[in-house]
Amino acid sequence: MRELLENLAAIMILLASFFLLVGAIGLARFPDFYMRLHAPTKASTLGVGGVLIASMMVTFAHGRPGVAELLITLFVFVTAPVSANLMAQAALHLRLRSKAPIPADAIPQDRKL
Amino acid sequence: MTPLLEFALNAGVVVVAIAVVLCAWRLLAGPEVPDRILALDTLYMNMVALIILIDIRWDNELLFEAALMVAMMGFVSTVALARYLTRGDVIE
Repeated sequence: MRELLENLAAIMILLASFFLLVGAIGLARFPDFYMRLHAPTKASTLGVGGVLIASMMVTFAHGRPGVAELLITLFVFVTAPVSANLMAQAALHLRLRSKAPIPADAIPQDRKL
Repeated sequence: MTPLLEFALNAGVVVVAIAVVLCAWRLLAGPEVPDRILALDTLYMNMVALIILIDIRWDNELLFEAALMVAMMGFVSTVALARYLTRGDVIE
């Protein structure tokens, strides 16, 4: 039972660190702030949650119920969308340009409304 | 501690350290200020994961409070910097 839990926690740690690495690569490689906002706010949140769930598994395998990890998990999952929303608001306020292509049904910019 | 868990912890620490280096590069190179704030936020998240991994590796429970503090500081500093950029003031 204990070895099974520890092996499950090991697989969870490998998955979670993969997601953290994907989030950091997206942060470093995407060409635009609005694209860069995608990668860390989703993948890195999932990665941190996976590491914390693995930590809960390990402490449970050692016979101690872990509550502090659950607290950090809830805190990270609640606060990550809020901070992402605030950063997007700041970028819109500073009028950062997006490098995404203009959609086909967009209103032309030179037309006076 | 099973050998698979030990290998996973070592590999996880290395991978998260690479992620930290990538975030630090974006923090130094980011062309605009929101890029740097986003890099700081991601850096805080990666540091929480790294502290938890080292805590499992050392097999004690001393660092959970440190991870909780880092997570709270990351959220508060991100909110404060974003509010400062948007409103020009943190608390009105």
